[in-house]
Amino acid sequence: MLAGIQTKPIVRRTLGKLALALFAAATAFAAPVQAQAEDITVWSWRQEDKAAYAKLIAAFRKHHPDINVKFEAFEAANYNTVLSTALAGGTGPDVVQVRAYGTLGVGKPDYLVPLDKTTVPEFANFPDSAIAAETMRADGKLYAVPLASQTMLIIYNKELFEKAGVTPPNTWDELVSVSKTLKDKGINPFGNGTATAWQNETIVGALLSSQIGVQFEQDVMAGKADFTDARFVGALTKLNEIKDYFAPNFSGVDYAASQQLFAAGRAAMFAGGSFEIANFLRQNPKLKLGLFPSPVAKAGDPKLVALYYDGGYAINAASKKRDAALKFLRFVGTPEFGTAFSNELQNISPIKGVAFENPLLKEVATLNQSAMSYIMLVNFRYQEPTGSVLLQSGVQKMLAGKATPAEIGAEITKGIATYYAPFKK
Amino acid sequence: MQTDYRNREKRRRAAWIAFLILPPLAMMLTFVVWPLLSALSAAFYRWDGMAQGEFVGLKNFADVLFGDHFAALTWRAFRHNLFVFFALFVVQNSVGFLLAWFIYREPFGFRFHRVAIFMPVILSTVLVGFLWKLFLDPNFGLINQLLDMVGLGGWRQPWLGQETTALPALVLANAWHWVGFPALVYLAGMQRIPREILEAAKLDGCNGWQMLTRVVWPLVTPSTTITLTLLFIGAFNWFELPYIMAGLDGSPYGSTDVLGLYFYRTAFGNQTAGIQDFGHGNALAVLMFLFIAAVATVITQYLRKREIAL
Repeated sequence: MLAGIQTKPIVRRTLGKLALALFAAATAFAAPVQAQAEDITVWSWRQEDKAAYAKLIAAFRKHHPDINVKFEAFEAANYNTVLSTALAGGTGPDVVQVRAYGTLGVGKPDYLVPLDKTTVPEFANFPDSAIAAETMRADGKLYAVPLASQTMLIIYNKELFEKAGVTPPNTWDELVSVSKTLKDKGINPFGNGTATAWQNETIVGALLSSQIGVQFEQDVMAGKADFTDARFVGALTKLNEIKDYFAPNFSGVDYAASQQLFAAGRAAMFAGGSFEIANFLRQNPKLKLGLFPSPVAKAGDPKLVALYYDGGYAINAASKKRDAALKFLRFVGTPEFGTAFSNELQNISPIKGVAFENPLLKEVATLNQSAMSYIMLVNFRYQEPTGSVLLQSGVQKMLAGKATPAEIGAEITKGIATYYAPFKK
Repeated sequence: MQTDYRNREKRRRAAWIAFLILPPLAMMLTFVVWPLLSALSAAFYRWDGMAQGEFVGLKNFADVLFGDHFAALTWRAFRHNLFVFFALFVVQNSVGFLLAWFIYREPFGFRFHRVAIFMPVILSTVLVGFLWKLFLDPNFGLINQLLDMVGLGGWRQPWLGQETTALPALVLANAWHWVGFPALVYLAGMQRIPREILEAAKLDGCNGWQMLTRVVWPLVTPSTTITLTLLFIGAFNWFELPYIMAGLDGSPYGSTDVLGLYFYRTAFGNQTAGIQDFGHGNALAVLMFLFIAAVATVITQYLRKREIAL
């Protein structure tokens, strides 16, 4: 602006100082005004949920008009790093979306405020397994209000089933014969491939839970059984019987390709998580989907799905607005929030008394009544080598014909034994 | 007066040099030295994910090199890196050299070929990774369809899905992406060879092969020093392409696992299977850095000497 104007050095210097002063003043004014006691911040890794949260927060503000909630979302892959860094520096939001199990994704208990049924009476609305999911392994204390559950089951294409004249199977033998009929009629029975490692764990949860059984899980946790147990190895053996009905060349078919096969109506079944339902319908709204749980070994056995909880809300120990944050957490525990959350985000809230609009989600919630844990994620994902790492690569190897089920069972047991006392012999 | 003037000149010169050196030095300190030192210090602690625990001395290093579970994976990844280095040396550097020789002789359309060979180098690795993943798809992929078309349908493979072919497939994709770089460096090296030498060799009765192996190859050794050193660093830092094409776990069942992937999923966690362990991750990173720095130094020193000897 001053270019071209003849100024003596002294003038120039004065102007410089003036500009500096102005700049300093401007920055001072631009600095955030000390936040009101009623403003709370919520951090999440669900960027895609931002619009839905505007509605959920509006519902919260009907009860607490004096509290403003600011929802900030980060990229999921970096969330844990961003959050841990903030928490370690004594900053971060008032309300933190945390993961489930182990360290809840925050590392140490000191960063969060412990909760119980007196501070959050709404915990009564949750099943015990949901509450256990938000308990930190290090101190056994509860830190978060659970948010959602995910269920491993089999999703099928109703039209393709009708076309082939088959109905959802109850027993494993029926599943094999349904798959054979589909294949004979030129329909890919399963869209699943195994090239993406974590899909192998999903396949086990979705297809084998009824054969592995709740009792096996309890025995493992009580130290009475390990993964060489006949129930586990026997179930894995079954997987070898069905693999020929997976996507053609399944060992080279990755997660995205197998999703596409099913969503495009080129495969009749998909062994996967309940989180796929919304995905499939977004990709192909015309799909007519049905669900069924893992088939049983013999008729009359209990049919099970594999279940885990996914995320919760906790209070940052460094927050100066704990009361307001607590009010938000208590709201998150109500059936009102659960219903709005499930219907807005097509996710399954574990809260008792949620009214699902989507009949498929309602069906999943019903299937969840008879469930075992998604065993590795829930129980063995807190130290390396995690049960998930071992199971995923083991099953991938087994399905490629490079290892037997018994070898996989032994490998998993050996890996987990490095930190799980009951397996040490 | 004279000394005054000189001193002033000296000071100005010093200030000027400082002005030139300080900003890059500050950048280096902030973005290279500081992270290196903090990674080094982090490797001496136990970590719960990203939360620092107590001092454990050299335990993390011992674990990743000799410990129960970590060591097996470390050495498997290391073997894969070695394979990648040698395989790339053959299919990327050597082919690059031959391509350079081909273009150097200016065959018909060499200008087009020169651009075509270099073109993939400017593509992003993410793009190349996805592209090759599509090409290698067992059911719809271009490679299997081409095999069908030429009557070799029996050779169809789930390339990225089996142990024997996954890592070689990644190496080929990488070579396709980068072969233009050594080709360009060798071409520049060849163009620096004085024409008289080649003409003299021709007059002495050298045939094409002799010319290539006895005259050209020794004269482009400075280019070899560059390409080999960069290839070594690239092969042991390999991350993006296997990450995109084979996933963080080095699918299938670890057959494409390399140190870069192993370090990343150890330090930052694998959302779908693992946990974060900053201590062991940093120990791996530090060891990788030391190994690469040491070997790269040896390679350059040795090859430089060879350059002079020739």
